[in-house]
Amino acid sequence: MSNLKPSIWVYGDYRNYFQNRVTLQLLAHAKDLAPKIEADVCAVVFGYQVDEYVGEYIAHGAVKVYVVDDKSLTSYCTETHVNLMERLVCAHHPEIILVGATDFGRELSPRLAKRLRTGLTADCIGLNINDDGLLIQTAPAFGGNLLAETVTPVTKPQMATVRPGTFQELPHDYEAQGDILHIAMPPDLPRPKVRMINCKRLPQRRQRLEEAKIVVCGGRGMGSKVKFKKLFELAQLLDAEVGATRPVVYSKWIGHDALVGQAGKHINPQILFSFGTSGAIQHTAAIHDAELIIAVNKNPDATMMKMADVAIVADANQVCSALIRELKARIRE
Amino acid sequence: MFKFIVCMKQVPMVSELPWDSRTGRLQRELAEGMMNPACKHALEAALQLKHRHGGRITAITMGPPMAEEILREAVAMGADRGVLLTDPHMAGADTLVTSHTLARAIEKECPDFDLVFCGCHTSDSETAQVGPQLAEELGVAGVAYVEQLELNGRTVRMQRESDDFLETLEMDLPGVLTLTPHYYVPRYASLVGLQDAFEQVGVDLLSADDLKLSAKEIGIKASPTRILNVFSPVAGKTNITIKGSAKKVVDELFNRFGDQLSGAIGKDFKTHDHDEQINE
Ligand SMILES: Cc1cc2nc3c(=O)[nH]c(=O)nc-3n(C[C@H](O)[C@H](O)[C@H](O)COP(=O)(O)OP(=O)(O)OC[C@H]3O[C@@H](n4cnc5c(N)ncnc54)[C@H](O)[C@@H]3O)c2cc1C
Ligand SMILES: Nc1ncnc2c1ncn2[C@@H]1O[C@H](COP(=O)(O)O)[C@@H](O)[C@H]1O
Repeated sequence: MSNLKPSIWVYGDYRNYFQNRVTLQLLAHAKDLAPKIEADVCAVVFGYQVDEYVGEYIAHGAVKVYVVDDKSLTSYCTETHVNLMERLVCAHHPEIILVGATDFGRELSPRLAKRLRTGLTADCIGLNINDDGLLIQTAPAFGGNLLAETVTPVTKPQMATVRPGTFQELPHDYEAQGDILHIAMPPDLPRPKVRMINCKRLPQRRQRLEEAKIVVCGGRGMGSKVKFKKLFELAQLLDAEVGATRPVVYSKWIGHDALVGQAGKHINPQILFSFGTSGAIQHTAAIHDAELIIAVNKNPDATMMKMADVAIVADANQVCSALIRELKARIRE
Repeated sequence: MFKFIVCMKQVPMVSELPWDSRTGRLQRELAEGMMNPACKHALEAALQLKHRHGGRITAITMGPPMAEEILREAVAMGADRGVLLTDPHMAGADTLVTSHTLARAIEKECPDFDLVFCGCHTSDSETAQVGPQLAEELGVAGVAYVEQLELNGRTVRMQRESDDFLETLEMDLPGVLTLTPHYYVPRYASLVGLQDAFEQVGVDLLSADDLKLSAKEIGIKASPTRILNVFSPVAGKTNITIKGSAKKVVDELFNRFGDQLSGAIGKDFKTHDHDEQINE
C-alpha cells in the first residue's frame, strides 16, 4: 500500500440539481487540499448511464473516476451504495472521503463510517490539512456559538459531510483529462433489506431564495408574526425574497422553505438585508457569499453587526417601515 | 407481542448554550435538560403502534444520571420501562461509540426486539448519525428520516421525503427507524402519570460492567474523532456603522448605497428626495 499515491474521494451525488452541485463544490475544494498531501482527487459514481456525470466530474477537478454503471442502480438505494463504497474503499484505501450533506448523503455516510470503523464529522463549514497531514474538520458545536476543529488521527479514511453551498465549484474545464475506471457490478452484493416500493420526484420547487439578487432576512428581533409581515411588503418593493432564521421558522412566522442557514438554504444575493438577527454560526455559514450585507440590530455588538458591511444600530421594525416609505417615494416605475 | 425500543437523548432546553466569552467556558449548568424533540416524536410513533397492535416499549438512553428524568417522562407518556446507561467511562462518546454502546445494551435487554425508534437528529448536535449506525451495528434493516409508518404483519411500510423525492419503502422486522417530527404529534404526559412514573416505575441502571464493555471500547477513549480546538467565531469586517432615527439611517443608506440598490432592483430612483416632491 505504501507506494500508492494517496487519494481524496468525493462521493458523486447527482440525483437532483443541488445534489450534483455539492459534488462539484467538493471536487473543487478537494483540489485545493490535494497538493498538501500530494494526493489525487477522485470521484465515485454509481448509477445507470451516468457518463454525463463522469465527464462533468472530470471537467470539475477529478483526475480519476470510479464508476459502477448498471441497470440495477437506476434508483438510489442506500444499502447498495454503502456496500459498493465499502468494497471500493477496502480495495483502494483513500485517505479522505467527502460527501455532500444531502438527505441521501447524511444516511449513507454514517453507515459507511460504521462499516469502516472510522470517524465522521457532519456539516463541516471548513476543511483543511494540518502539518501532520490530517484533515481538520471545522463544524459548529454546542448550539450556535462555537466552532470545533475535529481530526480523525488514527483510523482511515477520514470522513466528512458538507452542506451544499459551503464551497464554490470551479468553472467547467473542457480540456481536463481523467482516468475512468469502470467496475462491474459485483454479483455477490448482499440484497438490500429495504425495498423501494415507489419513488416520485416532487414538483421542482423554484429555488427562489438561492437565486434572488436581493434577500430580506428577518430574525427573532422582528418581534412578532404581525411585525414580521412588514418584510414581505419591503421585499415586494425590492423585488426580493424573504428569508428567516430558525426561531422565526419554528414560531411559524414563515414557512420552513424560508430558512436560511445550515439546516436550510444557502444564499448568494447581491444585497442582503438582515433585520433583528444575532448572527449565529449556523445562520451565517450560509450567507458568506452575499456581496453587501446591511444589518439592522439594536445591539451594536451582535455578531451579525460585525460581519455586516453596513451595521445600522436601530429598531428593526422602524427601519423596515422607513425603508418602505422611502422606496415608495423614490422608485421610478 | 411486539417489542419496541425507543432511543432517546437528553438535550439542553435551549439549543444555544450560554457561553462566557471572557472565560471561554460553556455554562452548561445554566441549561436545563429536556427530551430531544425528535426523540419525543419517535416515542409517539411507537406509542401509536403499541395502541394499534399491542406490544411493549422500552425507552433507552445513555447519559449522565440526570438523564433518568426523560425516561420517567417517557414512562408517563406510555412507555413500559426505562433503561439508563450511565457510567463515567461512557462519557465523551462520538456517534460511532454511542451506537456501539446502545447496540450492546439493546442486545442484552431486549435481544428479540422488533423495531428500534430513534429521533432523526438531536437538537444540540444534529449529527443524525446514531440511528443509521445503530442499524449497521445491530445488523438489521434501517431507514432514516421516516415521516410516517404502518405495520402489516411483520412488514413495515414507510414514507419519507428525501432530496425532493417522495419515497415509499418497505422492510421486514426487525429494523431501526429514525423519525422526523413532521407527522406524529407527541401527546402530553398527564400530571398523575408523571407522578406515578416517578414514584412507582423503576428505571434500570446499567454500567459498562453490566454490559461487559471494557473501558477501551466506550467513551472518549474509543472514539475515532478528536476535538482539537473549540473557539468562538469572530467575524471581523471593516464596516460602516450608521446610528440615529429610522428616517436618518434610511436617508444615509440611500445616499451611500442608492446606486447599488437601484442596480440590484433594476429600477431607477428619483434623484430628488421626496421632500421636494411634496413641495411640488
Ligand atoms: C444544529 C443546529 C442547526 C441550526 N441551524 C440553523 C439554520 O439553519 N438557520 C438559522 O437561522 N439558525 C439555525 N440554528 C439556530 C441558530 O443557532 C440561532 O439560534 C438562530 O440563528 C438565531 O436566530 P435569531 O438571530 O433570529 O435570534 P436571536 O439569536 O434571538 O437574535 C435576535 C437578535 O435581534 C436583536 N433584536 C431584538 N429586538 C430588536 C429590535 N427591536 N430591533 C432590532 N434588533 C433587535 C437582538 O439584539 C438579537 O441580536 C441552528 C442551531 C442548531 C443547534
Ligand atoms: N446518548 C444517547 N442515548 C440514546 N439515544 C441516543 C443518544 N444519542 C443519540 N441517540 C439517538 O440517536 C438520534 C440521533 O442523534 P444524533 O445522531 O446525535 O443526531 C437521537 O434522536 C436518539 O434517538
